[in-house]
Amino acid sequence: MDSLKPKASEEQILYAKILNAGMLIGLTGLVFSFILYSTGVLTPLIPLEEVTAHWETSVHDYLSESGISAGWTWLQNLSYGDMLNFLPIAFLSLLTIICYLAILPKLFRKKDIPYIVICILEIIVLAVAASGILGTGGH
Amino acid sequence: MRINNKQGISLKSNSKLNTQISFLLIILFVFFIFLVPSIPASDSQDTTSSSIQTMWWYYPLILFVLSFFLGVFAVLAGVGGGVLYVPIVSGFLPFHLDFVRGAGLIVALAGALAAGPGLLRAGMANLRLAIPMALIASTCAIFGAMIGLALPTNIVQTLLGATILGIVVLMLRAKRSIFPNVPKPDALSQSLKIMGVYYEPTLDKNINWQIHRTPMGLALFVIIGVMAGMFGLGAGWANVPVLNLVMGAPIKISVATSKFLLSITDTSAAWIYLNNGAVLPLMVVPSVVGIMLGSFIGVRILGFTKPTIIRILVIAVLTIAGGKAFLKGLGIG
Repeated sequence: MDSLKPKASEEQILYAKILNAGMLIGLTGLVFSFILYSTGVLTPLIPLEEVTAHWETSVHDYLSESGISAGWTWLQNLSYGDMLNFLPIAFLSLLTIICYLAILPKLFRKKDIPYIVICILEIIVLAVAASGILGTGGH
Repeated sequence: MRINNKQGISLKSNSKLNTQISFLLIILFVFFIFLVPSIPASDSQDTTSSSIQTMWWYYPLILFVLSFFLGVFAVLAGVGGGVLYVPIVSGFLPFHLDFVRGAGLIVALAGALAAGPGLLRAGMANLRLAIPMALIASTCAIFGAMIGLALPTNIVQTLLGATILGIVVLMLRAKRSIFPNVPKPDALSQSLKIMGVYYEPTLDKNINWQIHRTPMGLALFVIIGVMAGMFGLGAGWANVPVLNLVMGAPIKISVATSKFLLSITDTSAAWIYLNNGAVLPLMVVPSVVGIMLGSFIGVRILGFTKPTIIRILVIAVLTIAGGKAFLKGLGIG
């Protein structure tokens, strides 16, 4: 029966491969960056004790009281333990865009126009969400 | 006959063990939800604040343990992690709803990313079915997230409570159709070639499937996307009934595609929370690691626990958490 089992499409297999590799890299990075952060190997931009004082307040109050900026500013502060944690989180959140970009050539080869259009639209939607142009800084 | 007796004894002792494990899990879970978070609150307010600031690891540790249990129960009850995480953490722990929703989305996203590759490879999650739905849901999730972050917290909390109570009703009443009858696929699904075949091990044969009512399904994904983004819930609880009961995909394809779909829907909403500063690593990492370890254990014990007991417990906890969120939003709880 195994030989008769249906096979997933080649773009589906490719998507799965990239998703799997990216997920493993992202989750490993998440654990390692958190260890560096929580053990104090890398000094955090906002001290751990201060974070606990702010997490009961709204995100707006948290940002204004801690004096940090939202959006992609964490990228300029990667030497700090807490900001380093955003790297694997952002990577995991970018993984879908990478997967979509990877399957596009296969869809082009198949001349699968509707799915090419849908995939390009999805990439645009996710890129716009990631860019921060829809607003940063909480309410 | 002797063998049958031995099997009978073994089944009996297994059943006893099942009951004991379930009972132990329930006690530990209830203890963590209701008692542990309130321990520091027994001191005076000022003392509590300063001691928690010194013991910064206290709540992340509780989040880790709580998420671990949620991961176990999510697998056993057949629900996603986000739908348990957001109402319970926002209802019983001191974190602001903004950060809980941000963490809830990352938790749901991590779970979907972890499950996605296996489901796609096995042909259970279907890329052609997921891609059009994902475009609608992820676009609307952005608007949901923006609405959620713009509305006053009490309104979001009330709506979250009402939604959770609605999910409880859905869990109690919704039926599942293993192989829905789809006499004729609709024109849109035909033009998008949304159909497939998968191997069903219980029948030892390949099952062909197709879908219908695609436009109605897409319209429902507008609502699903907005709610996923607004409440940070993930949306498996809504994806599965729409894919299975409305569009007619077999239940296994619906569950697997729904799980994979979350990796796309939650990505767009997660970016909005991330860009707005509503993601705290101190909350996110213990939650993600806890729920993933819990899911791993949950899968291991799935075969020898009684899902009905766990399902009743999850429904009861969701009712309490939903009710508490609703009342808290109204300023009563």
